[in-house]
Amino acid sequence: MKTPLFDAHLAAGGRMVDFSGWQMPVQYSGILDEHMAVRESAGVFDISHMGEFFVGGPGCVAWLDSLLTNNVAALEPGCAHYSLMLNERGGVIDDLIVYRLGPERFLLVVNASMIVEDAGWMKVRLGEGVTFENRSAGYAALAVQGPDSGKIFAEMFGRAMPESRNRVLEIGEGFVVTTGYTGESGFEWIVPAAGAAESWRKVLAAGAKPCGLGARDTLRLEMCYPLNGSDLSPAHTPLEAGLGFFVDFSKPDFVGKAALVAQKASGIPRRLCAIKAAEKSPPIRSHYPVFLAGTQVGETTSGAHSPSLGCGIAMAYLPAEFAKPGQEVAIEIRGKKFCACVHKKPLYQKST
Amino acid sequence: MNVPENLRYAESHEWILVEGDTGTVGITEHAQAELTDIVFAEPPALGKLFKPGDVAAVVESVKAASDIYSPVSGEVIARNEKIEASPALLNTDPFGDGWIFKIRLANPAELEALKDAAAYRAQIGA
Repeated sequence: MKTPLFDAHLAAGGRMVDFSGWQMPVQYSGILDEHMAVRESAGVFDISHMGEFFVGGPGCVAWLDSLLTNNVAALEPGCAHYSLMLNERGGVIDDLIVYRLGPERFLLVVNASMIVEDAGWMKVRLGEGVTFENRSAGYAALAVQGPDSGKIFAEMFGRAMPESRNRVLEIGEGFVVTTGYTGESGFEWIVPAAGAAESWRKVLAAGAKPCGLGARDTLRLEMCYPLNGSDLSPAHTPLEAGLGFFVDFSKPDFVGKAALVAQKASGIPRRLCAIKAAEKSPPIRSHYPVFLAGTQVGETTSGAHSPSLGCGIAMAYLPAEFAKPGQEVAIEIRGKKFCACVHKKPLYQKST
Repeated sequence: MNVPENLRYAESHEWILVEGDTGTVGITEHAQAELTDIVFAEPPALGKLFKPGDVAAVVESVKAASDIYSPVSGEVIARNEKIEASPALLNTDPFGDGWIFKIRLANPAELEALKDAAAYRAQIGA
């Protein structure tokens, strides 16, 4: 599949790869260059492959609260929050952003690889007085990220970018929210597919550098933001993933709650840890074995060379007793073990 | 794309510069452009013996690891330590400071099996 920006990517020198069935740019000028542009000025990512679901009707708040972990009733109109959709065992089906557009009007932005599965899961559980529309094909989306995003926002929309994160604005036929996946300030702009190329051109003209999935991955991993399908999966609960902050146990019920309550009571067996290379090593990648005192205790779920830190970084589920900053581990890379350390999240901080 | 005339080339994108019985080996400008940002390089140990096509070194870009093959047989007599400290030399100066290792040629006749600049240029469509 192609996003409405496919031709624009080729024109900008994008190197295209397959990502969950989508032809997406992995890089243009280079991953290191694009990564640093986002950390130091501004970059723009095509995130049109992500899914857009519109939910409405008098029953929609209670229904969303029954399917998602975060508290939808407590979300103010004009705001957005991060949430998770779980299976009955408390495992993660998907992570998503919930935008409250009005009292009974919501936009859900879900992972590209999960659009079909999420929509199927939600439709078979559709509640009374709820409307659900999967309009993923009708929308494109751009993520503008980096310290210069505010300037670009002002130039694009003729107004100041909201200082708070997770603010939602309806502008024209599109939606703008001050959120992102890089740890930098910025905004995501969801526009009708027909207007995508025009929006892309304007954002580039305002000074954003085109950035691909490669930089998107290194940026998010430095921040320890999980990627569904790698760091999140139906085999792990959000408590194991360190996402308990986005689970509201005060809600009467939601799919997966009973399993999470039981896991809390019995103890969380493993935790998703941030890991940083403690000696010079080849870049750490996903599915590399993690050892503790000679015994394999897990494998990396994500791994990369961190452009900001200049060393290998990763995430891995480790037994809870070892999931503490400073814990030494060894990562096996092509048959050779390299010393690494469990690190406090995030791995990268603006001041460091 | 720069393809120097004085080198021989392997189909797997290594070059070799022959001076007497010594060959200096690196990767081509085309190869570094395909690999993108190189962030790790491990040249072979001194004294290692290779046959043509043996894995001689590993370089890793942000996205992927790639094996580097020896184009000829012989013994490793020098390794470029500079690329261990600054792997980006493979990107910025692939035919110069980004060389990977030097090998004492065991069988100079093997050079005939490698491509000249024109043939390599044809291979990469340059």
